[in-house]
Amino acid sequence: MPEVKSESLQETSTNNEDVIVSYKDVKKSFGDVHVLKGINLDIKPAEKVALIGPSGSGKTTIIRMLMTLEEPSAGEIIVDGKNLWHMEKNGKKVPANEKHLREVRGDIGMVFQHFNLFPHMTILENCMTAPIHVQKEDKESARKRSIEMLEKVGLGDKLENYPSQLSGGQKQRVAMARALVMRPKVMLFDEVTSALDPELVGEVLEVIRDLAEEGEMAMILVTHEMDFALDVADRVIFLDEGVIAEEGTPSEVLEHSDNERLQQFLHRFRSSN
Amino acid sequence: MKGVEITLKVLFASILLGYSMAFIAGFCRLSNNIILRSFTGFYVEVFRGTSLIVQLFWLYYALPMLFGWDIGSNFWAGVLAISLNYGAYMSEIVRGSIQSVAKGQYEASTALNMSRFQRMRLIILPQAVRMMLPEFGNYLILMLKSTSLVSLIGMADILYQGDLLKDANLSLAPTVYFLVLVFYFIIALPLIWLTKKMEGMSKKGVAS
Amino acid sequence: MSKWQWDTFFDAFPMVVQGLGITISLTFACYLCALIVGFVWTFIRRMKFKPLRWILLWIMEFIRSTPPLVQLFFLYFGLPMVPVIGVALDPFTCAILGLGVHYSTYIGEVYRSGIDSVDKGQWEASQALNFSTGKKWTKIILPQAIPPTIPMLGNYLIIMFKEVPLASTVGVVGILQLANNYGAQHFRYLEPLTIVAILFLVLSYPSAILIKKLEVKMNRRFDKKAVLKESKGAVS
Repeated sequence: MPEVKSESLQETSTNNEDVIVSYKDVKKSFGDVHVLKGINLDIKPAEKVALIGPSGSGKTTIIRMLMTLEEPSAGEIIVDGKNLWHMEKNGKKVPANEKHLREVRGDIGMVFQHFNLFPHMTILENCMTAPIHVQKEDKESARKRSIEMLEKVGLGDKLENYPSQLSGGQKQRVAMARALVMRPKVMLFDEVTSALDPELVGEVLEVIRDLAEEGEMAMILVTHEMDFALDVADRVIFLDEGVIAEEGTPSEVLEHSDNERLQQFLHRFRSSN
Repeated sequence: MKGVEITLKVLFASILLGYSMAFIAGFCRLSNNIILRSFTGFYVEVFRGTSLIVQLFWLYYALPMLFGWDIGSNFWAGVLAISLNYGAYMSEIVRGSIQSVAKGQYEASTALNMSRFQRMRLIILPQAVRMMLPEFGNYLILMLKSTSLVSLIGMADILYQGDLLKDANLSLAPTVYFLVLVFYFIIALPLIWLTKKMEGMSKKGVAS
Repeated sequence: MSKWQWDTFFDAFPMVVQGLGITISLTFACYLCALIVGFVWTFIRRMKFKPLRWILLWIMEFIRSTPPLVQLFFLYFGLPMVPVIGVALDPFTCAILGLGVHYSTYIGEVYRSGIDSVDKGQWEASQALNFSTGKKWTKIILPQAIPPTIPMLGNYLIIMFKEVPLASTVGVVGILQLANNYGAQHFRYLEPLTIVAILFLVLSYPSAILIKKLEVKMNRRFDKKAVLKESKGAVS
């Protein structure tokens, strides 16, 4: 019974830590451009965090580093007590190799702005391949769980379709199911509605809202949907020029902050929408 | 008729070896190891920069002199020349296709915690191969045509048999060579059909 | 047998290099032939009369998918023996015809891809402006169709250069033939054949790089031009 086993594992490891992800003075620069100038951030298990800020403020970079798609220039990221980008070797701290990265990032899932579904696989195969090949789950149970997950996002009738046959909103829901099948403890959402036609945004937000209500997973959302952030997030973080300029509960940040840059940002944002 | 058999043997051996070479060299050129990468680059440029017939003669006449060993037979000299030559060309297709798989595909497979090997096998290669198919099809026919060169190093292929007939009776030359051409065309037909089919396959289900 | 000998190398070098003139001029002659005959295939592709087009296209496919070496032999040994129309060709002419026509089938495809790359709206626009067929082609279609094909055509020049040694089999004395002659005389093939390989590499590798650069440049310029044209179109 692999399902029971993995759930109990999750239980024990989340209980002895009250922080699942921790950024410690993380910096990132691309060439001469300093995108992040020292980020300190702790995320609790099951916490829902929304990252907002003007474009180029480094919000996406923050979650991409957690997914190991981008390597920090300095600082450390701790996931569930384990250092993500460094490992111990002969008592010394050295850059992580692929094996170490895979061990640590297994708890993290991600949904992308441009879906990134695998075009050569059906919807069902998209969801099944990682559990089978990465988590070595047997085919039948991976299939069962994938179907369950696809039904949950409302696509139980599209199992044998290919991604090219779906609408943008449907693709994004598949992408979420695909990430969920891996049972991540932390799920990252990178502007998941930005590439969608306005009328398709709702169905995707709906699914995210349901997930948030279930409450088991920590979620970090990079988003431009302010009302949605207000609604779903436990905490909102405003990033500006590579630092955390403001953070707090949604109403504190979005409605009662006197940070000038934040006001400007929100103002510009509301007037353009 | 015996000539057809030899032509086909050379063709199939070259196709097999040529495609293998294409993948090996293509992967080597994408490797992180700089020695491996530049060595393969050298191979590819040399074989693309000189002509097949020169390579064939070089392998058959010159190589044994240089190292003091024979390549074994004119069969292997021919197959090696053809597959090394077209392998070099096709390795560029392999490399180009792998590189043109969208970056998001790499990212999504990383997000699903795949290893580099799994990512290549399950995600990148299946998509890249689809892009390679049409070009690979064209190379089938190019390889078929190039097999006629092995008659020049004394293999008794279709063309060689034709030469013999012509030498026996010069006035038959037009008929003989026309028939030889027809033989090649008949062998080419299934390859043309296969190429069309490969093109069709590659069009299906790539766009995301 | 001894290994690499520099004496032989320097002895053979002047002799082999003598053939370079022939090899290069034959390359250009074949290329010119292919460029011209290529137009014929493109024209045939656009023919309205279907049965004839069908037959001619199969002939093209036939020429394209059979070995140029055999086609050379057919022309050189076969053609003189054909009753009535048979003529004996000298090796050089034979090579031009054989290789030129063979590669014309590829060049024709390049032309076609160039024409296909012209936006459909351009055809419709020239129709709407009531251009004559001749004017439509010379003023609208060809100026747009030709530039993107130039790098591809350049590639075929290099391919042609590498195919020309085939002509040595019907007696054209280019670098390969001279190297073989030297080899037969001195029983040493290693050095002369290596010289040939080096000559090919030295000539074709830089040209290939040049064409790649041209391609990049052309792509950029052509994109700009397309944008420019659009904005002009919007004004008028």
